[in-house]
Amino acid sequence: MKIRSALENYGFILPALSIFAVFYIIPFFFVLRLSFFDWDGIGRLSSATFVGLGNFKEILLQDPNWWQAMRNAGWITFIALTFQNILAFMLAVACDREIRMKNFYRLIFFIPPILSEIVVGMVWRFIINDVDGANIINRFLAQAGLAQFIHNWLADPKTALTTVAIVHSWKGFGWGFLIFLAGLQTIPREFYEAARVDGANAWQTFRKITVPLLMPVIILVAILTILGTMQAFVLILGLVGGELAGHTSVPVLRILDVMRDSSRFGYSCALGINLGVILVIISFIQYAFSNRARALTQDYEHIPSE
Amino acid sequence: MTDREPAFRELARRYEAKTGIKVNFELYAPSDAYSQKVRAAAQGANLPDIFGILVKKRDFASFIKAGYVLDLTPYMDENGSLWRNKFFAKALAVDEFGEGNSYGVKTGIYGVPIDIVTIQMLYNKDLLKQLGYQRPPQTFAEFLDMGKKIKVAKLQGLVSGWVENWLIDCFANNFAFNIMGKDKVLATIRGEVPYTDPDWVKVLTLFKEMRDSGILAEAVVTMINKTAEQLFANEKAVFAFNGSWCVNVYKSMNPGLDYAAMLPPKASDKFPMTVWGGAGSSFMVNATSKNKDTAIRFLQWLTDTEQQAYLAEATNNLPANKESLPKIPEVLAGFSKAIDSSTHPNIWDVSEFPVVIESLDRGIQAIILGEKTPVEVAAEVQKIKERELARKDNRPR
Repeated sequence: MKIRSALENYGFILPALSIFAVFYIIPFFFVLRLSFFDWDGIGRLSSATFVGLGNFKEILLQDPNWWQAMRNAGWITFIALTFQNILAFMLAVACDREIRMKNFYRLIFFIPPILSEIVVGMVWRFIINDVDGANIINRFLAQAGLAQFIHNWLADPKTALTTVAIVHSWKGFGWGFLIFLAGLQTIPREFYEAARVDGANAWQTFRKITVPLLMPVIILVAILTILGTMQAFVLILGLVGGELAGHTSVPVLRILDVMRDSSRFGYSCALGINLGVILVIISFIQYAFSNRARALTQDYEHIPSE
Repeated sequence: MTDREPAFRELARRYEAKTGIKVNFELYAPSDAYSQKVRAAAQGANLPDIFGILVKKRDFASFIKAGYVLDLTPYMDENGSLWRNKFFAKALAVDEFGEGNSYGVKTGIYGVPIDIVTIQMLYNKDLLKQLGYQRPPQTFAEFLDMGKKIKVAKLQGLVSGWVENWLIDCFANNFAFNIMGKDKVLATIRGEVPYTDPDWVKVLTLFKEMRDSGILAEAVVTMINKTAEQLFANEKAVFAFNGSWCVNVYKSMNPGLDYAAMLPPKASDKFPMTVWGGAGSSFMVNATSKNKDTAIRFLQWLTDTEQQAYLAEATNNLPANKESLPKIPEVLAGFSKAIDSSTHPNIWDVSEFPVVIESLDRGIQAIILGEKTPVEVAAEVQKIKERELARKDNRPR
């Protein structure tokens, strides 16, 4: 009876497991295998040259373009973690309160994430660019008497990456907003009422109740932001069109370019593995942080609600 | 390529009416997405009967060596080379592998050219007149001098899709041939001349001079070619650097545009200006297809004078069949004149390492952005070249 029950349970997860295996696990091992070869993606794999860890050695020691792409992705991630998530958090806190038209705001804030990245990139390119676009940002600056700030935002290496990061944040803040809002709504209202009765002001309530109880959610959003941003590239293609001499290069774009322009499929697989390893390390760090955050909030969980 | 879909569909209809054989054309854009599709089809053993390979000669060679492409030489040479003689020699050369080629491919013709492309500069006749010029620039110095006037007139100078490395590569190569000649360029690729050679530094310096003179359009290094085409077609830019396919594109964007093609202005009198040209699109026959003979018969029909003339007329592309050339529009004739001054990396017997090309192109972008000097870029490119040469020597054979 027990075996039958176990088989039934496994039967339920089998479809999902099969899809996961076919589209993730098997390709992963295939990519891992390719990363040890020098292969152009055209000839038969049997004719590829085995190079062992040569591709990884090249990545670590001889590929400054890859590490520049990593640094660029790191900068976009930093902007997303700070600007994007703080904005999302503040808006979620605002919409968690009894304000007018809060459902309308919830809807509006969630529009950017559901738009296609390439569309967002091209629309913002049109908004920002002065040569082939409407130059709206610069026109606005001129109208506002801030002509000294008029700039070629996407073509100047000094501003291109940050411009990309800000547009990326605009596109992505809706996800954080939604998750933060869901997290805020799980905090029992009694805590706030009790704090108010005890004379706590809004800042104290926010610092002592909202932030600690929301910590697991904050970490979750942070990790999703890191994982999502480190893999971003479509938006950059739409906005800048490419790597801009390396200034807007990001890891996935780099992998794509190595594969497409240099026909080095084995090496690009090794780059993919390298990125994957870095993301796994980040995920483990997240796991450690989550555990700590959980411990931090345990005291609250033991407070009886009645 | 997708702009030719109606014309190909019409030709397929005519062929079916004539022979009863149904031909299904599937066109994809952009070209790099198409290239990946063909690679994936090759790996998945589901290449169509006829396909195109839009990649570098090195990759073309890999397709042949893997057994995906049929050697068409016997068919080309049938009946006293009747089929072969229909084509411009330069168009056929792109699909040809000569004896003792460095790619290790058996001598032969492995593709059928459908049209010819030359990549040149274009100028807007009306805008030049408005600026006070009666003719396009003949020398590089004249070209640079126009920069100031163009800026004052609030126009863009030279537009091109220089976010794409290959267009920068093409432009730089034109001047490399002009400054140092073909032999020295090929010697550089073979590793016999360093990129730090004064002639290469001179080529790179041209980009710095263009930036300083203001002749380059703003944000040219973030410009995709479609944007460049829109700017030129909408008369916001005086010059463009584009391939002959643009005739059809400009016609659809602005039928009244008055422009002409020109060779890039010479930076030196030592060697002639040479532009990239040759077969634009070629069709290859799947060597593993059951319909090989049918496919070849269709390609013979498709490249016949009548069909080629129709394609040239309907798509504004230069025909690969030389007998169809008299029927082309005037602007296209301007492009066709450059066929004699054209070359292409795919007809050279050596090819540069892709990472060297990438570093050269990125270096040129950095020069235009004002981040690096030509000497710095030359040194960086040479460093990568030496690394790749060393790697090639150490690779197991």
